[in-house]
Amino acid sequence: MSEPPKNNSNGAGAADVIRTDAVIIGAGPVGLFAVFELGLLDVRAHLIDILDKPGGQCAELYPEKPIYDIPGIPVISGQALTDRLMKQIAPFGAEFHYGEIVTALENIRDGLWRVETSEGKIFEAPVVVIAAGGGSFQPKKPPIPRIEDYEGTSVFYAVRKMEAFRGRHVLVCGGGDSALDWTLSLAPVAASLSLMHRRDSFRAAPASVGKMRALVKAGAIKFYQGQPVALHGGGGLLESVEAKGSDGNFRVACDILLPFFGLTMKLGPVADWGINLRENLIPVDTEKFETDRAGLFAIGDINTYPGKLKLILSGFHEAALMAQRAFRYVHPDKKLVFQYTTSSSSLQKKLGVSLKGTRGEGI
Amino acid sequence: MPKITFISHEGEKRQVEAENGISVMENAVKNNIPGIDADCGGACACATCHVYVDEAWREKVGKRAEMEEDMLDFAFDVRENSRLSCQIEVRDELDGLIVRTPEKQF
Repeated sequence: MSEPPKNNSNGAGAADVIRTDAVIIGAGPVGLFAVFELGLLDVRAHLIDILDKPGGQCAELYPEKPIYDIPGIPVISGQALTDRLMKQIAPFGAEFHYGEIVTALENIRDGLWRVETSEGKIFEAPVVVIAAGGGSFQPKKPPIPRIEDYEGTSVFYAVRKMEAFRGRHVLVCGGGDSALDWTLSLAPVAASLSLMHRRDSFRAAPASVGKMRALVKAGAIKFYQGQPVALHGGGGLLESVEAKGSDGNFRVACDILLPFFGLTMKLGPVADWGINLRENLIPVDTEKFETDRAGLFAIGDINTYPGKLKLILSGFHEAALMAQRAFRYVHPDKKLVFQYTTSSSSLQKKLGVSLKGTRGEGI
Repeated sequence: MPKITFISHEGEKRQVEAENGISVMENAVKNNIPGIDADCGGACACATCHVYVDEAWREKVGKRAEMEEDMLDFAFDVRENSRLSCQIEVRDELDGLIVRTPEKQF
């Protein structure tokens, strides 16, 4: 839980610093369970994730796919596991910061880390837990030659402000909800709007597809069946997109291209934080899952150690051991007594359950 | 054991002794075939095991399922003979199968 920002001498305009016990980078299953293990030891946490929801790969890559190797749960979907973890950690009141990416990680003094995000938030905590899985989910960039020359000027993978496209000739590529939603939203704003997809059926919600088809029929927007293969223009300014269709190549005149081809996992900024990496993974010890820097931990798929297995259950174990060490940084003066949730009334109090009545229920 | 030949975008051929009952993708990964990323590990959730099935084999390999068709939206340069190799199960009839890997898994 963040304390109210202190009136320190940051000077005018400086962002308020969020002070907490632990910052967890990544809200996948392992990051979520870390909240539980830390919570039992009175270590409060903030989580940061680039996605707009919890669950990481479980929610983004395979929400409906079954997982068979969670102990005690013969089968569960990625989304259901996420939902249950959210319920399990609810008593600890962790705060979530979605849609943000950690841009800087710095050890500002002994026992204190500073974390900065893409939204300009600044956190300070004695403990940072990297639970970033395979990295961060980022928009897939179609491998069209020289596309990077146009990124940020004519090619955008996300829409931040619709107004930026007012009066422009916009081409949206893709067949999912992002492509259809932006097609519908930008149609009244853009000077012209075209949608391109490789086939005439769409993954997007049927209602959006219906609205899009009505706009095409009314002549308000255009639909092209094809796949983009080349960009034409110069100096970062797009003039047309060349596409491959069933009857050969054709061009669509446009000055803005919005490709929506889903997300892909990239190591991303983890590589820029100045921490030790081994083949894009973070080496840790197997006692505390701590890196070579005090107070900086790595758990789940992002870490490596002899015998490492990239399993959710291994990440859960790592979270439990990490928490033991994290406690010592956060509460250096307190004694850590190992307790079981089944028998400890103090742990049950933290969980909001009591020995009588609710025992055995829920979690 | 059926044999499968993977041909890279650059034309390099690699033949593997494939195992029946598992996917072409899993056989590729077991044999360290480059050009098949299989980011999601075979859940039909990422489209990074995209291959082009040799014309002579298209009928025997069969058609895409609906979910696979959806996932192919995330692949680059999808053609009529595009398949996700995690969705092709190896069996004796596929002995001699030839697939080509795309320039890029995207």
